[in-house]
Amino acid sequence: MTTSEYASARETTEGRVFTVTGGDWDSVTSSIDPLSNEKIVVNMGPQHPSTHGVLRLVLELEGETVTEARPVVGYLHTGIEKNLEYRTWTQGVTFVTRMDYLANMSNETAYCLAVEKLLGITDQITERTQTIRVMFMELQRIASHLVWLATTGMELGAISMMLYGFREREYILDIFEETSGLRMNNGYIRPGGLAQDLPDSAVKKIRDFLVYLPKKLKEYEAMLSGQVIWQKRTQGVAVLDVTGCLALGITGPVLRSAGLPWDLRKTMPYCGYETYEFDVPTATTGDVWGRYLVRLAEIKESLKIVEQALDRLRPGPIWVADKKIAWPAQLALGVDGLGNSLEHVAKIMGQSMESLIHHFKLVTEGFRVPPGQVYVAVEHPRGELGVHAVSDGGTHPYRVHYREPSFVNLQAIPAMAEGALLADVIAGGASLDPVMGGCDR
Amino acid sequence: MTIRPGTDGDVPVTASTNADLGAPAQTPPSPDKGMFGVKGTGDVSGFGRLVRPRPAVFDSPRPYGGYFDDVYDALEEAYPAFSEAIEKVVVDRAELTLHIRPERITDVCQVMRDDESLRFELCSSVDAVDYLGSDERRFHISYQLTSMTYRRRVRLEVSVADAVPVPSVTGVYPTADWQEREIYDMFGVVFPGHPNLTRILMPDDWEGHPQRKDYPLGGVPVEYKGAEIPPPDQRRVYQ
Repeated sequence: MTTSEYASARETTEGRVFTVTGGDWDSVTSSIDPLSNEKIVVNMGPQHPSTHGVLRLVLELEGETVTEARPVVGYLHTGIEKNLEYRTWTQGVTFVTRMDYLANMSNETAYCLAVEKLLGITDQITERTQTIRVMFMELQRIASHLVWLATTGMELGAISMMLYGFREREYILDIFEETSGLRMNNGYIRPGGLAQDLPDSAVKKIRDFLVYLPKKLKEYEAMLSGQVIWQKRTQGVAVLDVTGCLALGITGPVLRSAGLPWDLRKTMPYCGYETYEFDVPTATTGDVWGRYLVRLAEIKESLKIVEQALDRLRPGPIWVADKKIAWPAQLALGVDGLGNSLEHVAKIMGQSMESLIHHFKLVTEGFRVPPGQVYVAVEHPRGELGVHAVSDGGTHPYRVHYREPSFVNLQAIPAMAEGALLADVIAGGASLDPVMGGCDR
Repeated sequence: MTIRPGTDGDVPVTASTNADLGAPAQTPPSPDKGMFGVKGTGDVSGFGRLVRPRPAVFDSPRPYGGYFDDVYDALEEAYPAFSEAIEKVVVDRAELTLHIRPERITDVCQVMRDDESLRFELCSSVDAVDYLGSDERRFHISYQLTSMTYRRRVRLEVSVADAVPVPSVTGVYPTADWQEREIYDMFGVVFPGHPNLTRILMPDDWEGHPQRKDYPLGGVPVEYKGAEIPPPDQRRVYQ
């Protein structure tokens, strides 16, 4: 063999080991003796466009068949759970929204539900806040599924789908921006309420979106569902049945694609989901195709929920009545953007020293949460998102642990990939929809 | 609740910088200066030096309410060594927590999963909390079990001292694999019976276990392009 510029070789006790740096596979494979060296270990990632962020897969190949797959995670670990312990309960929202960056609203709501349960104010959350939370979580689910459709399309060769998916998602991010000021990492849902009220301009945008998306969805279905390449790349690929899913703790669309209609919005409702009319889509194939169908159907169900939420939206307070918890700001649109209303500032600065003290203490020190622990779970776009929050009675969380569906679901990669073809590892991994920011936290 | 960095030998806060790397002078940290030269604890709330008494957790009296009694009775019936396995039963905020002796956790999980009146098919989450300073058994490991058949949730909790192993439940719930690895990584609790207990989120050669309460936040030197900046609490203070 001649050592090519792409693959340097060195001898080890197990045989010859190549370090492939890219490019020319022919020069690598032709130099391998087919009789003695059948196994190749391929290190896919962590920088690989089709591993959804910084996921690394160590694959042992025999020809094109994967004999062993080992996912390696942790490249995006940022110590969010540790950081939370050094901030107030309200500031925690800013951190948790950055975990799964495609499902900010779900992260925030789960966290806030946990804090509210610890505080014992779950039933004091106002009707309007509940409705907005539900609406935003569903818009978030649509956005997340659109990104899934986009990236999976790209990975399986349907590049147009990527452009369309990201384009449609941008409409939702516009709605979030209109409301919270930020496209992503909104920090919008707060313990006890919302950062600010939903403006009328955002309501109009949501109404427009409800008309816009169904038309586009039909086009995407027409583009992908009937396409032979798409079918061949997804049908019968990366099959995982219900038993496998439960053993590995897989929830969300992957579990539902295997046929079990387990959706926390129906089975263990929160935020008043039991009052909305929607179905839980399932498939029975348990393969990538089934997950595609389930996610498409879920987008439509989410649109139904958003519509119902919009219809029942009534003016009203967004914060809990308890002034020891509710954020003291009286927000108004000023010339320089969103800020405290001048009246409020004039009042607390000029007339009421107590209001000023209260405002200052609540914002800098935060509220106290009675000691104890809770576990709250919501149906995240990727499965069960659980928050285990522990308080020791102080103004900071004692511990917050996120049961991240991306983290748990990635354990299924060996079960899906081993024995299959290398190309199907991409399809299978994509069908899990892992977001590494959430996985590594 | 005062957490001082660098009290445990396990924690790499005193990484020695052997040469002058252009970093700020390596003055020894003053005992009463915290991160970024802050006096005291660095907690701006004004309550940083308060020592909060840790509330004791008591047994809840029966009846527990809801399905909790059913779960308790079904487990008592299905598991012969029930009385010696259960340490405490706590009902708080409409959640049931069964405190289990560490050596019994695998058996209890097996019964919880397989008995037809329990059927906790899904182990939703496994995670740990470090109750440093409470008593000898500082690490509490929680197993959030979900019964899809009955739509119930129960938390099992196991508490152990430092360096005491907890049997792995991966044989019963394979999903605990990565979650136990995370606990080992973050807290240093060892799970005998785990197929591959290695670090998962931190690098393989990391020293210490970051989620322990005596491990400081940001207590490691920052490396960038070959130069090493000492951790914030060891930097020179400008005042």
